[in-house]
Parts: sequence; structure tokens; C-alpha cells
Amino acid sequence: MAVGTAQVAEAPRRPPRSKRSLRTRRLAGLIALVVLLVVVVFLSIALGTKVIPLSNVWSALVSPTGTEDDIVIRSLRIPRTVLGVLVGAALGLAGALIQGHTRNPLADPGLLGVNMGAAFFVVVGIYVFGVTTLFGYVWFAFAGAMVASVAVFLLGAAGGRGSPTPVTLALAGAALTFLLSGLVSAIILIDTDTLDAYRFWNVGSLAGRDAEIAGQVVGFLVVGTLIALASAPALNALSLGEDVARSLGQSVRRTRVLGVVAITLLAGGATAACGPIGFVGLVVPHVVRAFTGPDYRWLLPASGLMGAVLLLAADVVGRLVARPGELQVGIVLALVGAPFFIALVRRRKMMSI
Amino acid sequence: MAAPTSDTAPPPVRVPGRTPVRRGPVSGVWRPRNVLVIVVASLVLLLALAVNIGRGEFPISIPEVLAVLFGGGDAGQQFIVLELRLPRSLTGLLVGGALAVSGAILQSIARNPLASPDIIGITWGASAAAVTLIVLGGSGLVGSLAAVGLPIAALVGGLVTAVLIYTLSWRRGIQGFRLVLVGIGINAMLAALVNWLLIIAQVYEAARAQVWLNGSLNARGWEHVVPVGLALVILVPAALVLSFVMGALQYSDDTAKALGVRVNTARSLLLLVAVGLAAVATAGAGPIVFVALVAPQIAQRLVGSARPPIGASLVIGAALTVISDVIARTAFGAVELPVGVVTAVLGAPYLLYLLIRQGREARA
Repeated sequence: MAVGTAQVAEAPRRPPRSKRSLRTRRLAGLIALVVLLVVVVFLSIALGTKVIPLSNVWSALVSPTGTEDDIVIRSLRIPRTVLGVLVGAALGLAGALIQGHTRNPLADPGLLGVNMGAAFFVVVGIYVFGVTTLFGYVWFAFAGAMVASVAVFLLGAAGGRGSPTPVTLALAGAALTFLLSGLVSAIILIDTDTLDAYRFWNVGSLAGRDAEIAGQVVGFLVVGTLIALASAPALNALSLGEDVARSLGQSVRRTRVLGVVAITLLAGGATAACGPIGFVGLVVPHVVRAFTGPDYRWLLPASGLMGAVLLLAADVVGRLVARPGELQVGIVLALVGAPFFIALVRRRKMMSI
Repeated sequence: MAAPTSDTAPPPVRVPGRTPVRRGPVSGVWRPRNVLVIVVASLVLLLALAVNIGRGEFPISIPEVLAVLFGGGDAGQQFIVLELRLPRSLTGLLVGGALAVSGAILQSIARNPLASPDIIGITWGASAAAVTLIVLGGSGLVGSLAAVGLPIAALVGGLVTAVLIYTLSWRRGIQGFRLVLVGIGINAMLAALVNWLLIIAQVYEAARAQVWLNGSLNARGWEHVVPVGLALVILVPAALVLSFVMGALQYSDDTAKALGVRVNTARSLLLLVAVGLAAVATAGAGPIVFVALVAPQIAQRLVGSARPPIGASLVIGAALTVISDVIARTAFGAVELPVGVVTAVLGAPYLLYLLIRQGREARA
């Protein structure tokens, strides 16, 4: 069956650009993303239920004196912002990785069962063990993400010829996701209290996540990021097809295993900290590919940066639109990000994978 | 098995291993495995239907069920079978079949095994409309009016979303890939809306919404059977006729055009059929999503074809839904689960088993 990858052979190829202009475009894109990230970080520290002037932000960062603003910034806003950057970058990277490994432009980190695995374990944690704190959910969610993605990988490998193929991986992931979501539904329909706790976890949010939660997952996210960035050359070779990659001296199996490990650490860590946040992992690689092209050495770092910018910006917007309450970042991302994404899809010829 | 030849026409092309069937202007390939799968799945479906009608709080044996269907039985049995269990089972059968055919068409158009009516917005459009009614409708008079209007709202929500996605992805023609991406964007917005409604709702409203969101056949009567049945009678033959060009649509647009297929027309018509089937089915029983995804894949693997077969998908989807309903109704004692929960828990392992068996065959 040759239906695994949606291939687009649209329109004649553009005239080849010179190497130099491609390089300039990539560099300019990366620099723009870094600048954007710095701006968004400052906005995220300054804006919220209480708007803090930039001068106070600066003094709180450099020389805190224990004023109210300093406390708000150092104990609430900074941990939240750091977590937002980490989680956003992780989701962007995980999205680029999974799209590269499955060569399916519809793939997002949820495809490996990460989100549903986490959700299932959280629901079990609430229903069986009576866990109801954000802090308590973290380990359940992370364990669930790990178990689910390992299971999907093994099932995908069993369905492929020894190592998982994009199609078997996608199908195994979809099957497991549906299986788990059926079980989650069964539990929350039987027990209303579980539904009541679960529905708030199920909208991904940065709210109420303190430095301790960030500390729990930061290790996984950093290791995942390093593996992801190191796997860029291997992914480039793999995108020529498994046979070509093998003849170039690649160990396809090792690359796949490392890829799944990185995706699990990144997406699992992010979901454990903030609950399921969709859309970032799916959309970011498509947006970034517009200026990096298919080269993973550029695509991966740019996806990480873009993910961080997107998540943090959405979080800031969510804090501002519903003051004094806030709209969860997962909801903002979809409501603001989707129209932008659709406009992009309509305007450009999307790059195939 | 020589095909009839006339003196004027050139001798028909023969491909070894592909026995042709020719009737007038129509020709096809005789695929015994396809027919076998359809026959066996139909038998399983009939058996499941009989069991579903028989089992429940008032058990009725299968001979008695048959007696009632042919006009016998006492009044109580007639009421239970004809007014309660038969329409419910038929709704399940029709909805499952409709979703499966819709999924088979979409997976062929998108050339993606993960495509399902989700993508064209039916599921989330209908869900957003239904959950909005459930959550904002409240419980009083408005609420009960809202409950009556639920299937219509779901139908309208699904169709409006599908039209929106189709319009937004039209740019000098419809392209599977762009359609899918636009669909993802719109669906993400609607899903966010549903999740938001679920957290601002009272918890019992959220529970009611969850039941709908999982797809339930509870309390479905003849008023649900008729519209879904009509849609199937019109749309499935249309799908079978249109499916002749689906083989060509597997190739790139240029190749398909060179083979004489009007790509945009064919794709739009196929989409229309898929949307109609999925919208009516979802309005009838809520989004039993997994049927649309898994039934075509199971059918494809059982038949051994290159893309999901329409006929086999129809029967397998119907059988899967009815079997799931038997379990959802009777396996958990007093608790009745939505059928969609069981469909997922039942269908997923089977898909995995087929996947693994295929891998083993490929290695052997």
C-alpha cells in the first residue's frame, strides 16, 4: 500500500535560487525568530492581570528589592515564561521530528499516542488514586506518554519489516490513540468527579504551573532537544528514502529509535507539564519550512524557536483577553493560530515532505 | 472464461490473474476475495443484528425475534422488537455503513490511511453545534426544545463546516493535501471551542455532552432510521459509480488527467457523497468516528486491494457498529456506555492485529 505519504506534486518547480540567497533567507529567518522570542519573553513578564511597566521589569530582573512587582515577576511570571519557552520549543521540535520520521505532513506528536497515553494515565490517577493536583498529574502524564509511545513504536515495528515504516507507525498510533480515548471516555462517563477534574487538565494551560513543575520536566526537555538537534543530518539522509539512507551508511533503525526517544521526551515532558497542547507541533514545521526548506539542520532549530514564540504569544494573549481571568493557552492557540495557518495554506504552495 | 468478443471490436486486453467481467458498456475485474469478504461480513452482520435485538433486559430468543419480524409473537415482544430494539439496531447498522463508506472515499481522495470525516469538518462541526446547544441550552423549556433540535443542529453544523472547509481550500481546483490542511485548521478551532464549552459548563451538562461526543445509539427510533436509510439508498450507489475513477485519482493530478479523468469534478462529487453520508450519520448517532477510520482499513486488508473497497467497507462498518452496540448495551450491567467507546476499544486491537500479521507476512 502506497498511501502513507500525502504527496504533492503541484506546479512546476521554482527556478533554482542561488545558494547564497537561500542562506541569507534562512539566517534572516532565524534572527527574526530570536528577536521575536526576546520581545515575547519581555511581554510575557510584563503583561498579565497586573500590567507591570518595563522599567520595573528590568529592575526586578537585574536588582530585585522585594517590591510587590518584584515578587510577582520572580515567583510567578518568570517560571511561567520559562516553562512556556521550554514547552513551546519542545512541541515545535517534536512536531518537526515526527513529520520527518513519518514523512506525513499530517503527523503531530499526538500521533505516537503521547497525548492520549498521558490523558489515560491522568484519568486513572484521578479515578483510582484520587490525585487532583497539577503537581500530582505530572508523573502520571509523563509515564503515560512514555508507555504509549513505546507501545506504538513496538507495534509499528511489528507491522513493518523489523523497523517501523511511516504507515505502520501512523496506523499503530491512531489505533492506540482511539483505544485509549475509548477507555478514557468510559471512565469519565462512569465517574462524574473524574470528568470534573479531567476536563480542566484536558485544555492545555500554563496557568498555575510553578517553578517546581518546570523543574520536574526540564531535564527531559533538554535531553530531548539535544538528541533532536543531533539527529538532523540523519533525518536529511532519511528523507531521501530508507534505501538511500542505508547505502549512505546510515543505521535506519538507530535513527528511528533515537527519533522516537526524542519525540517522547519532548512531547511527553511538555504534556506532563501543561496538559495536551495541540496545533503547535503540527503547524510550526509547516510555517518554518516556508523559509528553511527541507534541510533539517535549519528546520529543527527554527521549529524550536517558532514553537516557543507561538506558545508564549498565545499565553500572553490568553492572559489579556479575559482579564481578570484568563483563556487557556491551548484554546487561544487554536482560535488565533488556525486562521493564520489557513491563510498560509491558501497563500503558498505548501512544501511536500 | 473467455470474454465475449465481437468481430468489429479489437480483442480485449487480458492481464494474467485478473479475470475480467464485462456487461455491456461496463467492465470490471472479478475479485472473488472481495465477494467472499462481503458475504461473510454480511452473515456476521445479520447474526449481530439478531443478537442485538434479542439481548437486553427482556431477553427474546432468536427464533422468537424472527417470528416477530414475520408478524408473530405477543404484543409485548412486538413492542420491544419493532419499536425499541429493531430501529435502534438498524440505526446502528446504517450509521456504521454510512461512516465506513465516507471514510473509504476520503482515504482514497486524500491518499492517507488516517483520513476520516474528521478532516472535512463533519465531526467537529456537528460536535460544536451539539455541545453548544447542550451547554448553553440549559435545562428548562429552552433546554428541552434544544434536545429535540439536536440532530438538526448537528446536521447543519457539520454541513456548514464542510462547506466552509471546501470553500477555503478551493484555489483553482480542489487538492487533497490543501483540503486536509485547511480541515485541520478549522477542526482545531472547533475542538478548542468544544473544550472551552466543556470547562465553562456545569459538570452534568459536560457529562451529557460527553455522551453525545462519543456517539450513542440510546433511544434511537424509526425517525432516525428513515433519514439515514434514505441517504444511504441515494448516496451509496453514487459512490459505487464514482468509485470507478478512484483508481486514477491515486496517481498525481497530471497522470489522472492524462487518463481522461476530470479531476476536479470527480473529486468534488466524491467529496459531496462522503460529506452527505458522514453528516447524516453523525446527526443520527453522534460522531462514532472510529468506524470511518478503521472499517475501510480492515476491509482493505481483508480484501487485499490497493485502496479501501466501498462495498466491503460498508458491510464491515455496519457489522462493527452493531456488534459494538450489543456490547455497549449489555456487557456492563446497569451502565450503558455510548457505542463509540466500544467501537474504539473493539476496533483498535483488530486493526493492530491486522497490521502485525501483515508485517509478519512481509518478513516471511
